[in-house]
Amino acid sequence: MKPMKPASRKTIKVGYLARVEGEGGIFIRVSNGQVREVKLRIFEPPRFFEAFLRGRMYTEAPDITARICGICPVAYQMSAVHAMEAALGVRVEGQLRALRRLLYCGEWIESHILHIYMLHAPDFLGYPDAIRMAQDYPDVVKRGLELKKIGNAIIALLGGREVHPINVRVGGFYRVPTRRELAPLAEQLKWARDAALETVRWTATLPYADFNRDYTFVALRHPAEYPFNEGRIVSNRGLDITSDEYEQHFSEEHVDYSNALHSTLRGSGAYFVGPMARYSLNFDQLSPLAQEAARAAGLGSVCRNPFQSIIVRAIETLYACDEALRIIEAYEQPDAPSVECVPRSGTGTACTEAPRGLLYHRYRLDETGQILDAKIVPPTSQNQKIIEEDLTSFVTQSIALPEDELTSRCEQTVRNYDPCISCATHFLRLQIERE
Amino acid sequence: MDARVLLIGVGNPDRGDDAAGLAVARELASQTLPHVAIHESPGDGAALLSAWQGFDVVVLVDAMPPNGHAGRIHRVDAVAQPLPADLFANSTHTFGVAQGIELARALGMLPRTLIIYGIEGREFTIGSPMSAEVRGAILQVTMAILAELRRKTSP
Repeated sequence: MKPMKPASRKTIKVGYLARVEGEGGIFIRVSNGQVREVKLRIFEPPRFFEAFLRGRMYTEAPDITARICGICPVAYQMSAVHAMEAALGVRVEGQLRALRRLLYCGEWIESHILHIYMLHAPDFLGYPDAIRMAQDYPDVVKRGLELKKIGNAIIALLGGREVHPINVRVGGFYRVPTRRELAPLAEQLKWARDAALETVRWTATLPYADFNRDYTFVALRHPAEYPFNEGRIVSNRGLDITSDEYEQHFSEEHVDYSNALHSTLRGSGAYFVGPMARYSLNFDQLSPLAQEAARAAGLGSVCRNPFQSIIVRAIETLYACDEALRIIEAYEQPDAPSVECVPRSGTGTACTEAPRGLLYHRYRLDETGQILDAKIVPPTSQNQKIIEEDLTSFVTQSIALPEDELTSRCEQTVRNYDPCISCATHFLRLQIERE
Repeated sequence: MDARVLLIGVGNPDRGDDAAGLAVARELASQTLPHVAIHESPGDGAALLSAWQGFDVVVLVDAMPPNGHAGRIHRVDAVAQPLPADLFANSTHTFGVAQGIELARALGMLPRTLIIYGIEGREFTIGSPMSAEVRGAILQVTMAILAELRRKTSP
């Protein structure tokens, strides 16, 4: 195939972006060899869960928000319960807190593995999809399926069921497992930890574009642990705030071509949330095994190449297996499955680390515990501007690539973020147009 | 020996006609059928492969995107022929039912029998009720599956 001549003016259109969660599109216009315009378009109307929550009781928020996303229901539940507990002045500690981390481990494992094996790896190996890849790499794909199953098993055990788990409540759980119930998971997780280590090694062999940017990374940071549920919101540019200060520092704006709001960090614009931001701001909190695997895979303590996010997801999967085993080994069944919550008026905020990055919730309650208003900022909404900037940089440096290769690389550039547009809104279609 | 039978209902309970598969699954669950397990799925294609592990006969029910005739019922023998991806592209998961089935085919992990019932929907807006056409189709599909299971599980 001949390389494309740098045409004086072209618009790149790709009518369909597969392998992202939801529906949406990308539009890129190039003239005189320069990228003039990049738009991440979202077609479906925004989701109405914030309005849906108004008038409901605080106890209903975990189950309602769990239905926002079939891929990361635990993240929505966790941000909801922490925000409600902040509003009610409740702290959940000890084994109940540990069980929440274990539940989050399950979600990271199943979500990261789905993305690594089924959605992202085909890009690197030159396949149109995981089905074609499975014909040549059946054992690799089967390993992915088995790993994902273990993530789902953790969610099914702690969440009550795999899909839209229902066992989580404000204050803890409706029912907690016995040590005996957790024991079979430990056996599966030992296999999973080895398989996750293999996954890190395998992803490290994939071919990467040479593409690095000096991102503003934003993630939670906790003094004692790699972040799931709690921590301060920090950046590599000196941001260090609580979730109560989130809306003073981050703003959301409408853009005319998209139905989803774009988030910016006041004073510095686009910012990056998700596995690469978490990793780069919390490398020292990874388990020794995960740190060692990262170094062996050739990563430093900071990763700025979004095409290597597939390795970072594998490292986080390894960490999640390691952490899940640690929690299960130290588990003592608590006396009560939850702490008591008494309704009162107030406002509560929380950020937790969804597989795709920071997930912010804010609720205002009246004295009976009824929700007066709610605000939810999902990670994909926060990454939209960074995705557009990546596309601008990538197309600029790769303008001479043959058209079909440039198009598929642009799609891969979007998939680097594992965008879950069904949370930000509902999105799937990617368009690139050349004139 | 009795065939081990699994009925999978796929859908999202909060998106109108998308709940059709779940409604059929719940209808069949209320009938306490011997030797038939019921599973509800949000449409995660990768998870289907483990859900049907160990079952000989699998019947899956899902909603389909609008195609001019809400409530129309399609039946596909997925072992005999590939599932048309565009017919079941309704899921917010792009690794959905059709992809899960084709992945299973590529890996040799399909059950011996896999029958898909698709119900064409009209209304998929969040929070919307199910359309009258799809509500009507649920009973028809339930009856068709009952008849089919009787044939497949009778000695």
